[in-house]
Amino acid sequence: MNNYGWGLPIQASTFAGQIDSGLWIIHAAMIGVFVLWGIFFTYLLIKYRRRDGVAVRHEEHGEMTSLIPDLLVMVFEIGLIVFYALPAWRSIKMTMPDPKDALVVEVTAEQFGWNIRYPGPDGKFGRTKPELVHFSNPLGLDRTDPAAADDIVVSNEMHLPVNAKVLIKLRSKDVVHDLFVPEFRLKQDAMPGLETPMWVEPNRIGHYEMACAQLCGFGHSLMRGDVYVESREDFDKWLKSRAALNPAPPTASSEGF
Amino acid sequence: MSSEHGHDAHELSFLRKYVFSVDHKTIGLQYLITSFVFLLVGFGLMMLMRWQLAFPGRAIPLIGPMFSPDLAPNGVMSGEFYNALGAMHGTIMIFLGVVPLGVAAFGNYIVPLQIGAPDMAFPRLNMMSYWLYLPAGTLMLLSFFLPGGAAQSGWTSYPPLSVINPGQTVWLLAMVLLITSSLLGAINFLVTTINMRAPGLSLMRLPVFVWSEMVASVILLLAFPPLEAAAVLQLMDRVAHTSFYMPKDLVILGQRYTGSGGGQPLLWQHLFWFLAHPEVYVLVLPAMGIVSEIIANNTRKPLHGYKTIVYSMLGVGVMSFLVWAHHMFISGMTPALSNFFLVTTMIISVPSVAILTCLIFSLQGGSIRYNVPMLFALAFLPLFGIGGLTGLPLGLTVTDIYLHDTYYVIGHFHFVVVTGSIIALFAGVYHWFPKWFGRKMNDRLGVIHFWGSVVSMVGIFTPMLVMGLAGASRRLYDPTAQAHNLIVQPLNVVSTYFAAALGVFQLPFIWNFFHSMFRGEKTPENPWQATTLEWACPSPPPHGNFAKTPRVYRGPYEYSTPGRATDFWPQTDPS
Ligand code: HEM
Ligand SMILES: [Cu+2]
Ligand SMILES: [Cu+2]
Repeated sequence: MNNYGWGLPIQASTFAGQIDSGLWIIHAAMIGVFVLWGIFFTYLLIKYRRRDGVAVRHEEHGEMTSLIPDLLVMVFEIGLIVFYALPAWRSIKMTMPDPKDALVVEVTAEQFGWNIRYPGPDGKFGRTKPELVHFSNPLGLDRTDPAAADDIVVSNEMHLPVNAKVLIKLRSKDVVHDLFVPEFRLKQDAMPGLETPMWVEPNRIGHYEMACAQLCGFGHSLMRGDVYVESREDFDKWLKSRAALNPAPPTASSEGF
Repeated sequence: MSSEHGHDAHELSFLRKYVFSVDHKTIGLQYLITSFVFLLVGFGLMMLMRWQLAFPGRAIPLIGPMFSPDLAPNGVMSGEFYNALGAMHGTIMIFLGVVPLGVAAFGNYIVPLQIGAPDMAFPRLNMMSYWLYLPAGTLMLLSFFLPGGAAQSGWTSYPPLSVINPGQTVWLLAMVLLITSSLLGAINFLVTTINMRAPGLSLMRLPVFVWSEMVASVILLLAFPPLEAAAVLQLMDRVAHTSFYMPKDLVILGQRYTGSGGGQPLLWQHLFWFLAHPEVYVLVLPAMGIVSEIIANNTRKPLHGYKTIVYSMLGVGVMSFLVWAHHMFISGMTPALSNFFLVTTMIISVPSVAILTCLIFSLQGGSIRYNVPMLFALAFLPLFGIGGLTGLPLGLTVTDIYLHDTYYVIGHFHFVVVTGSIIALFAGVYHWFPKWFGRKMNDRLGVIHFWGSVVSMVGIFTPMLVMGLAGASRRLYDPTAQAHNLIVQPLNVVSTYFAAALGVFQLPFIWNFFHSMFRGEKTPENPWQATTLEWACPSPPPHGNFAKTPRVYRGPYEYSTPGRATDFWPQTDPS
């Protein structure tokens, strides 16, 4: 993976550029403010060092002068909020794609791994039951549910087609985790008891990392998986090969553990 | 109120004088020494973590084999141990180190003196605060040696992890004690400042430091009770298997969780941050107060914008209760809610910028005296500035998506609390040392301590900002396990070397402190030629402080008033 360096990782989603431009603008402004301010500060330190015979200027400045920098900061911040943060937040976190035109994937976090589930050809996720959870059935998928029969469950490996909207339903089995794909600039807590929607549109074929970004126990740093963004054909091929690994539709007696 | 307090020099037993003392000065020094010890412990824990971060998987040198095999098999730190160190570093530094130092130690010693009072309003309550704090801190440290070990769910203690992890019960009990101690202290400060000011000392004549302690006390008083309640609920979830924070159908490491479920982990996050964000201002307000005192004194000039600073502090105090959920932008709470907290977060930066601007403008036209306290106070300005500026991309919802929970956050708030609060607290120690002991700390050692600390601190925390931008997450026991951290891993090594250097540069300070206590150069009553009331009584002040209740004639910073022979005009000077 040649995706990382001393700065931001490469951009691999449609909104990565939007997030980065915010980072660049803010950092440019920050550095600018700091440098200007540093020059002024140094000047004051030298100019007004104690010297014999130079008296202190005891004028009562208007207090208002100190509010000028504040005004500038406020204008800059209001600009950022109105023209950047509100619209970008709306499109990235507040608007979810319609499941009808998106690939829907469910990601369930657990100590210390990721379970990725695709709904299969029927487009429906089958029922899961906590009492069915077993190391061979990490989600407790109830294969007797017809909708569950074709569900595909993979651990620590997420395949996504390039240039397609993906709606991820994020869940957790135990504690709070956080799905972080640096190249996508995508991050969202997986909160147990909630199903948190998030979306991404990968726009670059490649191999990325899905890391956990929220302390989840002693194995937290080891909690990672791989994301493969592939062409539509490769993705379909992979999905088909995984579907072939699914158990044959069960008879009622073969389940229960 | 002042007359009922005995000024007579009755003999007290050693125990009543130095251990169970009700004198605000003794209690202040007790807090000072204890909180510095905790800071040192918190630093030591962090050095262990820094070793693991720089050299993951390598045995801890020298002391590695001394740890029990379940903490560090073959001297190599385990993941559980790393998490325990992390949680305890955060908890100790904040709740047992900086807050007690800034609020309780400096507040206790200086506030009554600066308002011309003989003691705190409730001396016994004051003693009780300390004697709740010390056992709470001891219990917190002791938890390393109890079965289950220390808490290992971060200082934030997010459930469900905190409910199922070992060690948390003791953490919660210690926190309940600590919070109680802080609440008693906060009430005491408020009553003292409101009721016991010397005649003539109107609110707008109070030194900025007293204001900062007042605002910090209000914050503690209002923000801590929710956390105390929240902590008791978490305790119930652990010991009584209630489910305030535990949702249903949890499956933990293959086992179904047996609690009834139906709780909500987000509830804890709201209650926790409702305290913990205002807490950040409790960490920085006293620091700003100290810096203001020292800048006015060493520029020989009134503070620029006294009123602006005071109103800004009040503004910060109020606003600090309205920003808590900026820590939860991506927690899964309704994303629309984030917009509200985005706006309040940007609003709170306005008074903070105003305070910093006033302090810088205060230099203009002054006659700057570069003594050791002033060096520290001046360093506070740009370095705290970095802390403030780096908060901007974290407070902005969109950029926080990427930066949340990365080392950028760690870098940001350490610039605030280390190069901000700690630097200012050092400034305060050098400034008020003559008050405490009638002697002054050695200048040359002070300058070494200053440059060594400042350079090391910048060297520790700047790499963290870079690592954060590259995507490195915080709280990683083994940063090399995730591919995206590998390239910036050398920065972890740099950071660790600077952390070691920071440790080394504290040695001259420690030596200087204790040596000067007994051997330092003797100082006159008002060595800095300051105007505020604490310098109008002997150093160290006797029991009861002022021979007779002082009268105040003017504001706190009448320096270089035209037409006067000296360049300072004490608040108590009737002429
Ligand atoms: C003096 C030098 C200090 C150094 C070198 C230092 C270093 C660190 C490092 C490396 C971490 C990140 C650990 C991780 O993410 O795994 C950390 C976390 C933290 N530090 Fe410090 N720190 C210092 C002082 C302080 C002080 C003075 C405070 C508070 C007033 C503080 C509060 C915290 C908190 C709250 C955390 C987060 C703990 C958690 O993850 O739950 N630190 N520190
Ligand atoms: Cu994790
Ligand atoms: Cu906050």
